[in-house]
Amino acid sequence: MYEIRIHSRGGQGGVTAARLLATAALHDGKFATACPFYGAERRGAPVVSFVRIDDRPIKVYSQIHEPDLVVVLDASVMDVVDVLHGLKTGGRVFINSAHPREFAGFAAHHADLTGIALKENLVVSGSPILNTPVIGALAKLGIISPGSATSAIREMFADERNVRAAEAAYREMIV
Amino acid sequence: MRKIATGNKAVAEAVKQARPDVVAAYPITPQSEIVETIAEYIATGKLESQFIPVESEHSSMAACIGASIAGARTFTATSSHGLAYMHEMTNWAAGARLPVVMVNVNRALAPGWNIWAEHSDAIQERDTGWLQVFVSTVQEAYDTTLMAFRIAEHTDVLLPVMVNLDGFTLSHIMQPLDTVEPGDFIPPVHTPHPVDPAHPGGYGTITGPADQFRFRYEMERSMQQAKAVIGETEQEFARRFGRAYGAAEEYRAGDADVVVVALGTLGKEAEVAVDILRNEGIKAGSVRPRWFRPFPDLDLAGKEVVVIDRDYSFGFGGVLAHAIRSKNLTKVYSVIAGLGGQEVTYDDIAEFVRHRRIGEEFWFGVNDRV
Repeated sequence: MYEIRIHSRGGQGGVTAARLLATAALHDGKFATACPFYGAERRGAPVVSFVRIDDRPIKVYSQIHEPDLVVVLDASVMDVVDVLHGLKTGGRVFINSAHPREFAGFAAHHADLTGIALKENLVVSGSPILNTPVIGALAKLGIISPGSATSAIREMFADERNVRAAEAAYREMIV
Repeated sequence: MRKIATGNKAVAEAVKQARPDVVAAYPITPQSEIVETIAEYIATGKLESQFIPVESEHSSMAACIGASIAGARTFTATSSHGLAYMHEMTNWAAGARLPVVMVNVNRALAPGWNIWAEHSDAIQERDTGWLQVFVSTVQEAYDTTLMAFRIAEHTDVLLPVMVNLDGFTLSHIMQPLDTVEPGDFIPPVHTPHPVDPAHPGGYGTITGPADQFRFRYEMERSMQQAKAVIGETEQEFARRFGRAYGAAEEYRAGDADVVVVALGTLGKEAEVAVDILRNEGIKAGSVRPRWFRPFPDLDLAGKEVVVIDRDYSFGFGGVLAHAIRSKNLTKVYSVIAGLGGQEVTYDDIAEFVRHRRIGEEFWFGVNDRV
């Protein structure tokens, strides 16, 4: 089972990213569950979502304590949250950033999701949309196939700018 | 068609396909997504039904009762305080033999103010005459909601059914969902004595000491008959759609020396603990009662039993543990865990089994030893 923890702030689309990721995994013929951790958070507060992907039906409901991959949609949450907490040995980090970031002991990848979203004018209520470009980045990491990333986005969004943003993230990210 | 859906959305989809004539509901976390989605189906013409917005849950059940007396198929959903507020009317729906279907998203009762999973809300309705079923996956929530209408409206049952799913843990998790085309799986509703202005009659008139017990006895007779109806409904569902669950779901329990008994998502996650324990050489299994009323006949003979209760009866103990003890005349290790959404992992469940002390009670997170 592959376990992913997504860190973001309330309203940034972490939950939708989890849903897209699970849907894409389903399109890949795998089993997947996605669950936000519902606490007392409100818009702007640091939040986490969990995604599990496996070849067999998933029976686990508890939170992910030892993820294989940590996704950071908003680097500012690192000021208040230890995003590496419990990350498995050999685990990876993906961060939304225009520049490379170091995470001692872990392989780190980055893409400028915010820049990509702004370039496509994917902005809602003043906030750049990160949940569709991140799916392209995670396809580049091999978590899901590029075709399923696209079909999952199209299943949820009619606006093709979302697909273009995901493709841009896939292209621009260096693995 | 397979898609990713939350437990709440799966329920709403099943209700849409069951085509209730009347839906009366009041929103409450974590159930609101169910009635919001159904209201949207009705507003956009995807479901032809009458949505009655009400000012309270007491009224939503009262509206379902009125509509059901008139012969309508009815649905409502609630949680926690909403269910508690309904309590007078849940008794009435069952006593009047009305096949109302309700989904209750299990949530703790305040104080402290807590919106997370606990079974106490449903357990407090245990003795009202409602059939109660606890589900453990998004797929099972969908399938069971469809089956609930057929079971409730069956002439051998004619009692309301409450489908329970764990707040947030199941109501908000996204899992794969295969939807079906129900076709005539749920036949049209025919209640035996619908209101008919051409033939006026009395409903709920005073019933004296010479008769009241007869109505109670008939409720219990129907509750027992419901066991067969549940079985037939499951068989028919399996024949048409290829899925079945049973009155209780067993996992590696046949040759097990020790079994975990738990309701809902804890009962499903227990299966992961069972695999871990088996790898350690402990012959573990799990039994997840789906139906709580009517309570299923479980074969636990010769096994040690660890019961996890996500509820509590103060001054007595875990309610599921009590049911297992009295129905199976066996001692159990009674674990109280998961109250108010307390995190319980499969590792925790494995620990309960490893350190079981049959005959004792253990409060997870409170007692200083496992």
